[in-house]
Amino acid sequence: MANDIRKQTGGYIGQSVPRREDRNLLLGKGEFVADIQLPGMVHTAFARSPLPHAEIGAVSLGAARAVEGVRFTASGADVCAELPPISGMQVVTPQGWRDRVDTDILIPDQPLVPEDRVRYVGEAYALVVADTRYIAEDALELIEAEFDPRPTLAHAESALEDSAALVHDQLGRNVAAFLHTKKGDGAAAMDSCPHRLSRRFVHHRYAAMPMETRGVVAEYNRRTDTLTVWSSTQVVHWVRREISTALGMPEDRIRCVAPDVGGGFGGKGHVYPEDILVAWLAKKLDRPVKWVEDRHEHILNSAHSRDNIYDVEIGFDDDGKILAVTSSFLVDSGAYTPVGAGIAGNSIAHMLGPYDIPHYETDCKVVLTNRTPNAPYRGAGRPEVGFAMERAVDLVANHRGLDPAEVRFRNMIPADAMPYEVGLTYRDGVPMVYDSGDYPEALRRALTAVGGLDNVRQRQKEALAEGKYLGLGLGCYVEGTGVGPFEGATVKIESTGKIMVAAGACPQGQGHETVFAQFAADMWQVPIEDVFVTVADTGEVTQGYGTIASRSTVTASGAIKIASDAVQEKAFAIAANMLEAGETDLEIRDAGVGVAGVPEMHVTWRDIARAAKPGWDNQRPDGVEAGLETTSYYEPPTVTWAYAANAALVWIDPDTGQLKIEKYVEVHDAGVLVNPGLADGQVKGGLVQGLGGGLLEELAYDDQGQLLTGSFADYLLPTASDVPPIEVVHMETPSPLNAFGVKGLGEGGAIAPPVVIANAVCDALRPFKAELNSTPVRWEDVAALTEEASPSVT
Amino acid sequence: MTQRMQVTLSVNGETLSGSAEPRTLLVDFLRDELRLTGTHVGCEHGVCGACTVILGGFAARSCLMFAVQADGAEIQTIEGLASSVGEMHPLQKLFAEHRALQCGFCTPGMLMTAIDLVQTSNSLTEADIRTGMSAGLCRCTGYEGIVNAVVEYARQVHGEKAFNG
Repeated sequence: MANDIRKQTGGYIGQSVPRREDRNLLLGKGEFVADIQLPGMVHTAFARSPLPHAEIGAVSLGAARAVEGVRFTASGADVCAELPPISGMQVVTPQGWRDRVDTDILIPDQPLVPEDRVRYVGEAYALVVADTRYIAEDALELIEAEFDPRPTLAHAESALEDSAALVHDQLGRNVAAFLHTKKGDGAAAMDSCPHRLSRRFVHHRYAAMPMETRGVVAEYNRRTDTLTVWSSTQVVHWVRREISTALGMPEDRIRCVAPDVGGGFGGKGHVYPEDILVAWLAKKLDRPVKWVEDRHEHILNSAHSRDNIYDVEIGFDDDGKILAVTSSFLVDSGAYTPVGAGIAGNSIAHMLGPYDIPHYETDCKVVLTNRTPNAPYRGAGRPEVGFAMERAVDLVANHRGLDPAEVRFRNMIPADAMPYEVGLTYRDGVPMVYDSGDYPEALRRALTAVGGLDNVRQRQKEALAEGKYLGLGLGCYVEGTGVGPFEGATVKIESTGKIMVAAGACPQGQGHETVFAQFAADMWQVPIEDVFVTVADTGEVTQGYGTIASRSTVTASGAIKIASDAVQEKAFAIAANMLEAGETDLEIRDAGVGVAGVPEMHVTWRDIARAAKPGWDNQRPDGVEAGLETTSYYEPPTVTWAYAANAALVWIDPDTGQLKIEKYVEVHDAGVLVNPGLADGQVKGGLVQGLGGGLLEELAYDDQGQLLTGSFADYLLPTASDVPPIEVVHMETPSPLNAFGVKGLGEGGAIAPPVVIANAVCDALRPFKAELNSTPVRWEDVAALTEEASPSVT
Repeated sequence: MTQRMQVTLSVNGETLSGSAEPRTLLVDFLRDELRLTGTHVGCEHGVCGACTVILGGFAARSCLMFAVQADGAEIQTIEGLASSVGEMHPLQKLFAEHRALQCGFCTPGMLMTAIDLVQTSNSLTEADIRTGMSAGLCRCTGYEGIVNAVVEYARQVHGEKAFNG
């Protein structure tokens, strides 16, 4: 199907079209939230809790308010007197999912600034507005607050103890959500498995960490009673909705725009208190208000992610065929759950990965603690569950004396089994069906790209003979992408004949303006320069969903197509009238519509747009309304399934534990690639984030609930010299679920690296019978693996 | 409030003046006072490199010095890289060609870092470039495009012989 479309258009889909976003960004003319300066603008800053869990006593703002240049101060009590908390989940789940997955969910309200209690280090308890950020921060220093410390729930397991204090008293428990689901006979099948292994796998806490922190600017116009909010967000329509709810204003009186956004990766994928507070302040003070998070604030206060503990049992036969998997896992959600049980919901759906496993049962607790709230970050539950599952697969191989690659091949769903009914329900409420792909072929190609399995094993043997340790790490995953519920797009032909496209997506560097222009240029058969794209602006599309969950290429293209089809239908009716021809004789060609086979019978989009005008001398046929503009919503039937196989060659220094990655390969299939160059960049960027998370990055807490890694000196992001040679191989198996055969690909790269590295370490240190079942993979931990036992060559 | 002081800089060949408190960071002065917002603030503690400018001929973190310290200095910012009629600098073109940017937030700092790196050394390997470009953090690209663009730029500036990569 996709190839048909390319043939039809001969066009832009499938071409690495240069990005239209680049020029301004390269010239330093981008406009990020921090760059916005408005007349009379004032600046807000937040006093943030130094304690993880404490009752708030008296908060004295007088000295702060007295500072010259300070315009306003507010304590939590002041805020709570005027603004409701963010209530419940920002993401709701459909009935179809709740029917199939046992759920017991209690979501705590999140006060915008709490009046009674702080629940994590970094939670705001007061705010200051001043003429400059410098003055605002001076004033913060003068706020005196009394805190009465409460017992700290430093991690998920401590929060589950019977005697544990409650993070939210009104919930009566520290579990925000219990989830449970099964396939086949579930855990009962374990008894009949010839072999069983049980392990605990721990995936540590790290975060999206975009180079641009969050920021919000808001301006209120008293005459029109409208608010304009610029937020560094991935979800402008959600931000508008929550501001509307909190301020009691109609959504249509609020325009929310995400200007240039300096990375998001999920960390900007939900509404934060500051989005609402800055809007409130702008209206209350009747002047533009700006807040830009500093890096320390970002690390403390913007959502963290991962931080899961998995207890897994895997049952298998002599041949390494996996018969049953059970898992019981904890998500340390921190003090609030901005997207409810979304991460856990992803994890339970993705555990079985590319494998045909008849029996599965899982349960999960989303646990409230005194850590920073946990929200989806690139992968969102898949890296965590993938770590557990792909380590377990390697352990099965070890147990049976088989190569990990061989065990994967034996368990993988073959290409001829597609589409494959998984036997679980996705969080969109639809039974999971892997739509297309060739999983074993991806693994074969990955092995080839690292030199071939036999060659690697030979090299490994030779290295060992010289006392050197080379490991092959494998990791495979599938990923539900392009999730609903919907995306919106408005398409119009304006009077110049240009194609105007607006979509509800909110890019943060993906290149959506370029990619959506490629789609539209092909649909309309016009030069790409004639397509104008607007994104991330609620003023342009009535309803939109946003750019999270590897969804925008799939969902926005669907919406652009539906809207384009509707406009084209009308354009055909008008063109038929203009050309005095039958509509069925018409075709789209040469930036307009013509009579098939009659070259001179042609009108351009510009001609048609003018003919479609309201008023005198229009050329519309009877019964056709004026204008060429439609807003449409694409509601995908369910997710498209991207997948990948990863292989890495890693050298280990057994004395220091130092890892050197010789080569890292991901064979990735996201269906038809609209812009292969940009797709490649998404996967590679994701891989480096995964490597950073697996090897360097850690949001470490002490057992008092204090974050130990509060700056870039402690929280280590990968640099150019940390990145190993990476090869990404793209397969392009079209999805049968949409017109263009596309699947999503924003997150994939970040999923596998932590487990691939851990598997490589264990593979290299096989002579030590090493097991590494937690992240991050630290040198000292690797070195310790070699100390516990002397090597025995097997 | 602290007394403000006059600061005069030569920025991108133009003499610009403004007032700053003694504690005002150079980057805040450039952005807020001179309205040159192409230089970005990513961490304010000298690690991420988004605020990198060329000061007195060398790359410098504009978040790690005060505006008053730079009084009288010659500074080049991202806004001065393209020609006055908007023709992109060769390195900017290479960044676009090699897809060396996604969100673009780190890009100004990366470009200024690369200009300094290539100008101050006439012999570079790819490893040198990786090390040199490690002065800046990019969260989007995984650095491949950035390194490739700078390698190509080093070739253009120094010729194949001087480039050992």
